[in-house]
Amino acid sequence: MSDLANYWRRLPNKARIGAIMLGLFILAAIIGPQVTPYDPSYQNPSQALSLATPSGAHLLGTTQSGQDVFSQLLVGIRLTLELAVIVGVIATVVSVLVGVTSAFLGGVWDEVLSLFTNVFLVIPSLPLLILLLGYLPQKGQLATIVVLSGLGWPWGARVIRAQTLMIRNRDFVAASREAGEKSWRIILFDIIPNEVSLIAASFVNTVLYAISASVALAFIGLADLNSWSLGTMLYWAQSQQALQLGAWWWFLPPGIAVALIGTALVLLNTGIDEFGNPRLRDARTATKIAGRRIQPTDPTPVLADLSARPSRLAAFAHSFSRSSLLDETPAGGEIR
Amino acid sequence: MPFILRRIAFYAVAAWVALTLNFFIPRAMPGNAVQGIMAKFPDLQPSAYKALEAMLGVGHPGSLISQYGNYLDDVVHLNFGTDVANYPASVSSLLAQTIPWTLVLVGTATVIAFALGTLLGILAGWRHGGWADRWLPGLMFLQAIPYFFLALVLLELLAVKLHIFPLAQGYNGQDVVPGWHWDFIGSAIDHSLLPAITIVLTSIAGWMLQMRNVMITTLGEDYVVAAQAKGLSNRRVVYTYAARNALLPQLQGFGLALGFVVSGALVMEIVFSYPGVGLLLLNAVTSTDYPLMQAIFLVITFAVLLANLAVDLVIVLFDPRVRAREAAR
Amino acid sequence: MSTPMSTPSSEPVLRESAAAAATAWPAPVGPLLEIRDLSVVYRTSSGDVKAVERVNLSLNAGEVVGLCGESGSGKSTLAYGACRLLRPPALITAGSVRYNGRRGTGPADILQMRPDQLHKLRWRDIAIVFQSAMNALNPVLRVRDQLLDAIHAHLRLPRDEAAEKAASLLDLVGIPRSRLRSYPHELSGGMRQRVMIAMALAADPEIVIMDEPTTALDVVVQRDILAQIVEVKQALGFAILFITHDLSLLLELADRIAVMYAGQLLEVGTAEEIKREPSHPYTRGLLTSFPSLRGPRRELAGIPGSPPDLRDPPPGCPFMPRCGYARPACAEVDMALAPVTGSADPWHVTACPFVGPETRPEAWPQTRPETGPETGPEGARS
Repeated sequence: MSDLANYWRRLPNKARIGAIMLGLFILAAIIGPQVTPYDPSYQNPSQALSLATPSGAHLLGTTQSGQDVFSQLLVGIRLTLELAVIVGVIATVVSVLVGVTSAFLGGVWDEVLSLFTNVFLVIPSLPLLILLLGYLPQKGQLATIVVLSGLGWPWGARVIRAQTLMIRNRDFVAASREAGEKSWRIILFDIIPNEVSLIAASFVNTVLYAISASVALAFIGLADLNSWSLGTMLYWAQSQQALQLGAWWWFLPPGIAVALIGTALVLLNTGIDEFGNPRLRDARTATKIAGRRIQPTDPTPVLADLSARPSRLAAFAHSFSRSSLLDETPAGGEIR
Repeated sequence: MPFILRRIAFYAVAAWVALTLNFFIPRAMPGNAVQGIMAKFPDLQPSAYKALEAMLGVGHPGSLISQYGNYLDDVVHLNFGTDVANYPASVSSLLAQTIPWTLVLVGTATVIAFALGTLLGILAGWRHGGWADRWLPGLMFLQAIPYFFLALVLLELLAVKLHIFPLAQGYNGQDVVPGWHWDFIGSAIDHSLLPAITIVLTSIAGWMLQMRNVMITTLGEDYVVAAQAKGLSNRRVVYTYAARNALLPQLQGFGLALGFVVSGALVMEIVFSYPGVGLLLLNAVTSTDYPLMQAIFLVITFAVLLANLAVDLVIVLFDPRVRAREAAR
Repeated sequence: MSTPMSTPSSEPVLRESAAAAATAWPAPVGPLLEIRDLSVVYRTSSGDVKAVERVNLSLNAGEVVGLCGESGSGKSTLAYGACRLLRPPALITAGSVRYNGRRGTGPADILQMRPDQLHKLRWRDIAIVFQSAMNALNPVLRVRDQLLDAIHAHLRLPRDEAAEKAASLLDLVGIPRSRLRSYPHELSGGMRQRVMIAMALAADPEIVIMDEPTTALDVVVQRDILAQIVEVKQALGFAILFITHDLSLLLELADRIAVMYAGQLLEVGTAEEIKREPSHPYTRGLLTSFPSLRGPRRELAGIPGSPPDLRDPPPGCPFMPRCGYARPACAEVDMALAPVTGSADPWHVTACPFVGPETRPEAWPQTRPETGPETGPEGARS
């Protein structure tokens, strides 16, 4: 538990905000469908409640057929996240398998697997997804998961392969080999632990891809249109002319939800990136020294300069920052 | 130039894979697609049914190899069959009408977004820790918005509410006749502004963030410190020493992202009812117009592969090490 | 491959060149570069790393000063910090670096210079030859363009004269002019290093800082490059601050040697004196750590243990945990450099108040604390 707390403390702000945002959405996904005020599919025949603006009774208004948008949103968040996470897990597992195997075995296997990976990387995925789903009679959650997983692994595989190649040549792996360790043990205990942050970043990326692909597919109509995912909400909003009818409460919430989830994931990923790449991380802390911003093309700062000559305004603003405390400690500002 | 040849060979393989997938998918899918089509479009000629059956591999049309051969032959001759929903128009003619619209819009907007994004990324990387970094979360949000959703929002704001831009379509169909005259071209440009702005807004964030990160890494390289030690002006250090080198991974990223950009742009076209391939795609899906769907898949895939090849050529131009590296193999 | 440009008898010529150079220049008042009490830290999220701690070092016109230490000792930080070329999170916390050259209007503190003054200082007065030429040369620019960059940044030359100057720089280091059109990756390691040297000389500097210029090269090429350096120095008369971990190299090349450890100077003296009567235990350890090709076989010592963590350096002498002469009083040493008694060099100084020339080297290997993996100068390892 203290490991986790330590990890949290070292994450940059960006990642923390992302994690919190994501946490909120996950919470909504878990308990949301239990607390919907209405059944999302219930079509209220009352004319007054068709395309009603947001009110106390309907927090996000209603659709063309009197359905409560807020309830749909809650269910939608769960369905979309569910799908995206499952796809993320499957695709990440496949990409780790392919990437590590390809790098570890080397030779012909590497060439073949790499070719395979690169071909599927370069072929645009959305048109292929459309083709696949277009022919499937059932376009539900399961079909979408299968199809998205099938096309979501190449990116991660390529990145993991590159990293594995670097690690494979390191001394400690050679040492394990010399000691006669079985290959799978080397992979499991030497290689993969060193790639955890990369795999995590790859997972987040895949979830991102799954969300945007599933929403786009649903928008075109290639999904189970009787279920309420964020994408199908947008489909119905579009096809029922919500925009032209001015029903912004119908198409804005699902779209903003998608954007917010996406932002949360990207923030999280940037944090993981900075965590794994020391240069980015040092760059982040490094550019503020003693409260002043130092650019890479600036000459090395001299402490006496930094504390001696701030402008009035800068000094005032600077006094609010944490680093101002550092400058006032005697020995030139040592971090506790 | 062995490098270019290897790349061409790679894209040829990818193209072949796409073609083969296109051939097998209809045959591999469960269910009887032909019945579905016959039910939807009862007015088709028998020859159209036959063609469909041939395409879907139904009804014993001959050995798989011979089917494959015929299929490849058709593709080479750009014969994608007759359309089902818009019978008797040929698929190729439908594509020919829509491709130019998409090409101009998406092509131009993507290049502009890439150029601007890269430039801003250079500045953000150089002056990082400064103003640019404050915009970072906002940019990430922008990047996470689906293209078509931003289109909806902008359409609502700028077209519906404020009437700055036209509401839909590629040109003002009521007043203007297509042709090479200023009325038409002006109207077309007018109608393409909002879609173009949408594409630029959403994708620019991605390019900028990517370039910024690459720049930060590159600015830490020894040759940049050496350039500073030489007393070169900041501008020269940042542009000729850092950015020139950072551009290489950035271009590679561009190639890889092309597929996504194009896909996103197509879906976005639907929102604007823009007469491009995207709208065609939507209609094809809605009416299960299989010949059209397959043709669109092929066309989009080939376009992306070609664009990737073009990017590879640009990279070779910029990086003298590539030719040497390949020659040394 | 290039052929050696001079015979082994060039080493004694070096000593004379310093004298020759000194007379060729107008005699400046005082040392060319005077580093006083310089302290540099790296401000990381886990604390301040004290990379350089109160270092005093001076460099005279035409002199070759060797800065010797193992990796992590702060020698590069010292040199780059003095020129203010270190990147964040580096911070100069104290000291001054006074430069008094023939082009300036008097002594000036580099640490207080404005950006435009620094700009003039760079390359015209102080130039740097970097360690790994492959990394220090821009991979996408031709050699000619990189040379021209340096030339145009400091000299007002019309285009054709600049081109001729670039070509003549290559002549100076023995590279064929056709190589102007090459990219860095098309050159061999030795050639790249020569290009770096040529580039450093573009603005005719007074001081050239050489940061381990031969470390990345194989031994034969090393000799070539060193001979090349000696030759150009003879011709142009600049001072050199030569940074390396290889003390044996400095014994042949340098006029004076400064030994650095854990961010602090341990001993400074002329090359002859250091060789003859090394005062500090660390210096002695370094000298006995590498084999010499001539002379009787003897047991190879090393220096066990590893350098201290600079985030939290222990009080007193940083070398104490690894020192064979250590005693409790070492923890209270203030690390000021004091003159060595009985040395032929009047400015021979050492930081160790307990060990001197009279303490015979035979007493050295007796009590060595075993505190970790063996280290020695990289030449002796692996």
